[in-house]
Amino acid sequence: MSRKGFIALALAVALLPLALTNNYTYDVAILVGLNAIVCIGLNLLIGYAGQISLGHAGFFGLGAYGSAILAARYGWPPLAALASATVAVSIIAWIIGKPVLRLKGHYLAMATLGLGIIVSVVLATEDRITGGPDGMAVPPLSIAGFVIQGEKLWYWIVAAVLLGTVWLALNLIDSPRGRAWRALHGSEVAAGAIGIDPARHKLAAFVLSAALAAGAGALTAHYSGFITPSKASFLHSIELVTMVVFGGMASTFGAVVGAAILTTLPQFLTVFKEYEMVLLGAVMMLTMIFMPQGLVPTLEKALAAARRKPR
Amino acid sequence: MLLRAANLDKSFGGVAAVQALELAVAPGTVHSIIGPNGAGKTTLLNMLSGIYRPDAGSIFLEGRELTGLAPHEFAAAGIGRTFQNLQIFFNMSALENVMAGRWLHEACGLAAALLRLPALSRAEHRARAEAEELLQFVGLERWAQAPSDGLPYGALKRLEIARALATRPKLLLLDEPAAGLNPTETREIDQLIRRIAERGITVVLVEHNMKLVMEVSQRVLVLDQGRRLAEGDPESVSRDPQVIEAYLGVEAC
Repeated sequence: MSRKGFIALALAVALLPLALTNNYTYDVAILVGLNAIVCIGLNLLIGYAGQISLGHAGFFGLGAYGSAILAARYGWPPLAALASATVAVSIIAWIIGKPVLRLKGHYLAMATLGLGIIVSVVLATEDRITGGPDGMAVPPLSIAGFVIQGEKLWYWIVAAVLLGTVWLALNLIDSPRGRAWRALHGSEVAAGAIGIDPARHKLAAFVLSAALAAGAGALTAHYSGFITPSKASFLHSIELVTMVVFGGMASTFGAVVGAAILTTLPQFLTVFKEYEMVLLGAVMMLTMIFMPQGLVPTLEKALAAARRKPR
Repeated sequence: MLLRAANLDKSFGGVAAVQALELAVAPGTVHSIIGPNGAGKTTLLNMLSGIYRPDAGSIFLEGRELTGLAPHEFAAAGIGRTFQNLQIFFNMSALENVMAGRWLHEACGLAAALLRLPALSRAEHRARAEAEELLQFVGLERWAQAPSDGLPYGALKRLEIARALATRPKLLLLDEPAAGLNPTETREIDQLIRRIAERGITVVLVEHNMKLVMEVSQRVLVLDQGRRLAEGDPESVSRDPQVIEAYLGVEAC
């Protein structure tokens, strides 16, 4: 299943440019890819390890601003800035995760929500280095003097990073470590009884998902050339969690599909003008009522059932 | 002695669940713990697996003190367990549940897991084979690929045992493995416990089904209100007048 799914996704990503007619559609596709990378990481944490985070936009924002500040204010080569920001955010996530992941359920949700809010407030108020609520300009990505510009080039870069992330996530889920994470979701007490240290594995999942969010955040910053604190906001955190839940928890392809639909749908709904948000809300409510497991797992089950019937 | 618990105390909000309890389990035996509801059996098992930290007293496995360690460290020391109220990983297949039980013997680094290094692929192959063997051992081979939430209750009970065996425990704690099972299934559990003991795994069994306890155990500890009421071989315990009064009651008369 996962191998076939990966090939299907790779084909879709390779053939998509045939349908992308202008820079605007390329731009939407790139944003889908960047959001999907964050969602794959968030899905490892929420869908597989069973821990909630309502503050992942905070890590996204820290990665974006970290890389932007290092490159714009300190003149670092953008690629080095991107890598350093991702590593730094991983360390921050580790430090924060250690005490916060002792909490469970609603308490963990509240703590991570607070974390996200703090990050966005700091980014908005430290205007001397972040530019404040107005945002800041970010230098483009460049490798050895060659500046990476243009939607088409960016599309292939994001496509490669996305496929790489999917491949890594699929490997992880089907490994002893992936089973250990899923065990935590299934029953923490039983996971302990078979020798899995819950604290250690929750922290690993948290840090990995924060690193993916930070990396995608930094890429987004360099791609769009401009960032505002809204990217780190509570609302963006909720958007990310919604993408994961909509696409299907504990499904890597679900995270990708969720990111794709919830990133593109608002673009289509703009023709409805002021009713856009109402329609978006209605689509999401109906999906959750009729497919509580999310889009991809529900479709997978329906497919499997249909295949069994004829025999 | 494989397991020795000395002077264990545990109370919850001033109510003593277990008091001054001594327990010594000889290697290779099936040691049962019986007693009326609320006698402290599950509390004792939770202390022996590190889920509860005793208020006082100590726990030794092969002479090594485990008191105060975390549950996963009890598991690493060689104590496996099952749960009275099922604790299956319902988000995985039956086979994956058992494979998860191999974590202690097949831990892998994050990088190896992400990149699926060749050594990991080989280890996974062995892990799968061993998990399949364990499913066969408990009689669940035909359910291997099934999502665990589709398994019947009796099968889930045995799946918990297979998962605990995958940790290769020296001591296996079984918390009411026959609760809620019909007579046929109970007989199968009886056979299974014997076969586990034949593998050289020491078993501590908490169970309400007296017939099962009397058949499989070498030694029986009777608890009442958190204290030891009697201990000995099944024969002598079942004839103990105190035990008859407190637990077996009219049924045994």
